[in-house]
Amino acid sequence: MTNPIVEAVPLVEAVDVSRRFSRKLDYAEKIANLFGAGLEEKTVHAVDEVNLAVYPGEVVGLVGESGCGKSTLGRVMAGIMPASGGEVRWKGQPLTSLQGDDKRAMRLSAQMIFQDPMSTLNPRKRVIDLIGEAPKVHGIVKGREMRDYVASLAERVGLDATYLDRYPHQFSGGQRQRIGIARALAVKPKLLVCDESVAALDVSIQAQILNLFMDLKREFGLTYLFISHDLGVVKHICDRVVVMYLGRVVEIATPDELFDNPKHPYTQALIRELPSVSDRRRVFTPIKGEIPSPLHPPPGCHFHPRCPMAFDRCRVERPALKENAAKVAGRHVSACHLNDLAANQTTNATAEPAI
Amino acid sequence: MTPVLEVKNLSTHFMTRRGVLKAVDDVSFTVGEREIVGLVGESGSGKSITGFSILGLVDPPGRVVSGQILFNGEDLLTKSPTAMRAIRGKRIAMIFQDPMMTLNPVLSVATQMIETVQAHDRVSRAEARARSRDALGLVGIPSPEERLDSYPHQFSGGMRQRVAIAIALLHRPDLIIADEPTTALDVTIQSQILFEIKRLAAEFGMALIWISHDLGVVAALADRIMVMYAGRIVEAGQVDGVLTAPRHPYTSGLLSAVPAAVPRGEPLRPIPGFAPSPLSRPSGCAFRDRCARATDLCATEPMLEIAAGREFRCFHPHLWSAA
Repeated sequence: MTNPIVEAVPLVEAVDVSRRFSRKLDYAEKIANLFGAGLEEKTVHAVDEVNLAVYPGEVVGLVGESGCGKSTLGRVMAGIMPASGGEVRWKGQPLTSLQGDDKRAMRLSAQMIFQDPMSTLNPRKRVIDLIGEAPKVHGIVKGREMRDYVASLAERVGLDATYLDRYPHQFSGGQRQRIGIARALAVKPKLLVCDESVAALDVSIQAQILNLFMDLKREFGLTYLFISHDLGVVKHICDRVVVMYLGRVVEIATPDELFDNPKHPYTQALIRELPSVSDRRRVFTPIKGEIPSPLHPPPGCHFHPRCPMAFDRCRVERPALKENAAKVAGRHVSACHLNDLAANQTTNATAEPAI
Repeated sequence: MTPVLEVKNLSTHFMTRRGVLKAVDDVSFTVGEREIVGLVGESGSGKSITGFSILGLVDPPGRVVSGQILFNGEDLLTKSPTAMRAIRGKRIAMIFQDPMMTLNPVLSVATQMIETVQAHDRVSRAEARARSRDALGLVGIPSPEERLDSYPHQFSGGMRQRVAIAIALLHRPDLIIADEPTTALDVTIQSQILFEIKRLAAEFGMALIWISHDLGVVAALADRIMVMYAGRIVEAGQVDGVLTAPRHPYTSGLLSAVPAAVPRGEPLRPIPGFAPSPLSRPSGCAFRDRCARATDLCATEPMLEIAAGREFRCFHPHLWSAA
């Protein structure tokens, strides 16, 4: 492959990463088990054997509906939540093998920006301390230089530097999000994991923040893992889009490829149902059914109960991520058994004239 | 065609310690029979308070200070609380954004629905239950008979919103006011709900006011659209017209701020600045500080202009040739 990005070492990489959450049995249930009740721990497979590499300078979008595990995967890849299976590699090194200074450097290099800044900014601290505390603690700036450092960051993200002594509640939603961004930038990160960072903002403020993200990427050479349920936003700013459904990756492609040629029936449904101003279609063709509980995911392909194309194999066998015939090789994979059917059909079609 | 709802010069103000907050300021509009009207605007624009004002749900320190709300020709603002109770839920129903906040978590869905039926109609419990079951079936809840005895927490977000819609439908109201009912839902579930609502509104001949910040949703659902900014309706008209040829600079600003409006990877075009605090709005046009077309003239209040089925409040509207 000639694509330089593909050949580089990923900045962060998830290799067969799983994350399970289980609820331990309480005393009553343990006692019931002594009498043969046979109760088991309830386990949610929030992330189920996911492979994903994020290369330096890339903007990777992670989309899916609520409960699909996109936030969990983001946290695991940012290193703030351990994986229950598989491993996360930072510049090729397993996270668990990092010690001391390396570990601290990695932690600083991966920063998160969350959806609701009001619940992530300490309401009792002033903006100057919210932004300046981490760089001071980590020795990035000296105490007396902190104000200048924070002021320059604040100005960079579009906050008025005269407001540094205010508290978070004195700002609007968009400005608070800017504080969250300045705080993340203050420790000179390489990777920003944005978890629904613009979801709560009005459309015109959302556009301002998205523009800021793109400017910062150019200016600081940042890499983004951009988690969102909004395909429109992801399409606009990402180099590569990863679609998740119930803990698994179902499709990865470039935005153009994904929107022009979606392979997985779930991706197709997501794109079809995206409400858009330009498309005033009066008929909705919703896919049936609900997102199943991650406590009891359906066997085989998780999407099969809602999938209009499902056949017998989908009910028993988990489809693997396979490469599609894309314009750019290696840049479009999807996990659907229909791919095999299509491949057979094309081979048959090419074989037939020979007979 | 007689309008179901006619709102005339409605103003709802909140008397706060820091001054008078004009949440809704001289708003007038009509909703025709069987019409779906989308009310869009950003947070704080007053769109929800407009909905609450119609139903008489504005709590102190808020108060409807002036105007008329004619529902089938009767002014709701002159009604006694008892008379309003007879209308609310019966002839005008409301659906809220978060059904977890509006459904009682300690009562089964059956109890809540039967209560709603019996609040307005003298029917037996069995009949009320049957009507509730039918309503659940209508909104696409599978096996409604069994689901009736479930509690709200046993439903998913989308199903809970269906329950809320079913409750709103129980009395076949003339008008439903829906306040961001699909905002918290996933795209595929939102699409299902929009599909059901559209079908039901047509089937029962209901008028609908759909409050949303999402222009895409309104584009797909509504017949007419009203755009609110800083407590006022700045533009209103047929959905197709307003979204393809907006007259007010705020409407065009909203439309060009969405990511789909620019080629992929290029900078988005946000509206500069942010909405003024409702306590200290500039005089004249409230949008003028953010508007590229503003002149000194905008310091005076723009009047409502009506041209070819379109209403807007602007001295410098976009001009679109008829071609």
